[in-house]
Amino acid sequence: MTKSELIARLAERNPHLYQRDVERIVSTIFDEIAEALARGDRVELRGFGAFSTKRRDARQGRNPRTGESVSVTEKMVPCFKTGKQLRELLNP
Amino acid sequence: MPANTITRSQLCEAVYQEVGLSRNESADILEMVLDELSGALSRGETVKISSFGSFSVRKKGQRVGRNPKTGDEVPILPRQVLVFRPSQLLKGRVNGGRSGGAS
Repeated sequence: MTKSELIARLAERNPHLYQRDVERIVSTIFDEIAEALARGDRVELRGFGAFSTKRRDARQGRNPRTGESVSVTEKMVPCFKTGKQLRELLNP
Repeated sequence: MPANTITRSQLCEAVYQEVGLSRNESADILEMVLDELSGALSRGETVKISSFGSFSVRKKGQRVGRNPKTGDEVPILPRQVLVFRPSQLLKGRVNGGRSGGAS
């Protein structure tokens, strides 16, 4: 399922809403999550899962093509932990 | 850096502010979004949200685990796990716009 398919399904379930509004709703939701992660906040959606960021320390990496050693700076990576209900839905 | 936790209520508030729906309706539609995502994933579909990331389901085979308290060997049954892969854009955003993306 893609974002546009998600929008289409929601529009179908909500015939009283304009497709344009459904698009804005979906974009707002994902944008708020991204914005929260960018601030370093966690997003917890009970039953679905939680988004958070984790720090990756700076390390000495290697260019796999040339074998040259390069330093990789510290960075944050977005993470997702599946919620209990969704995990159970995937493993009936 | 004390991390705040954002929950349904803040997402709902954002939807309410952005679109002219009532708070109740905003909450309902947020639930529908999560419901559609969960539904697609439980059918084994991959969910791709452009500029955000993708969720896919990975099947894991049976393996032998160990009860860490007693040391007993216990079989871990085959299961399905969800994997989230953030987009380059999202990776860039959590690093203040640096790294990731084509920029």
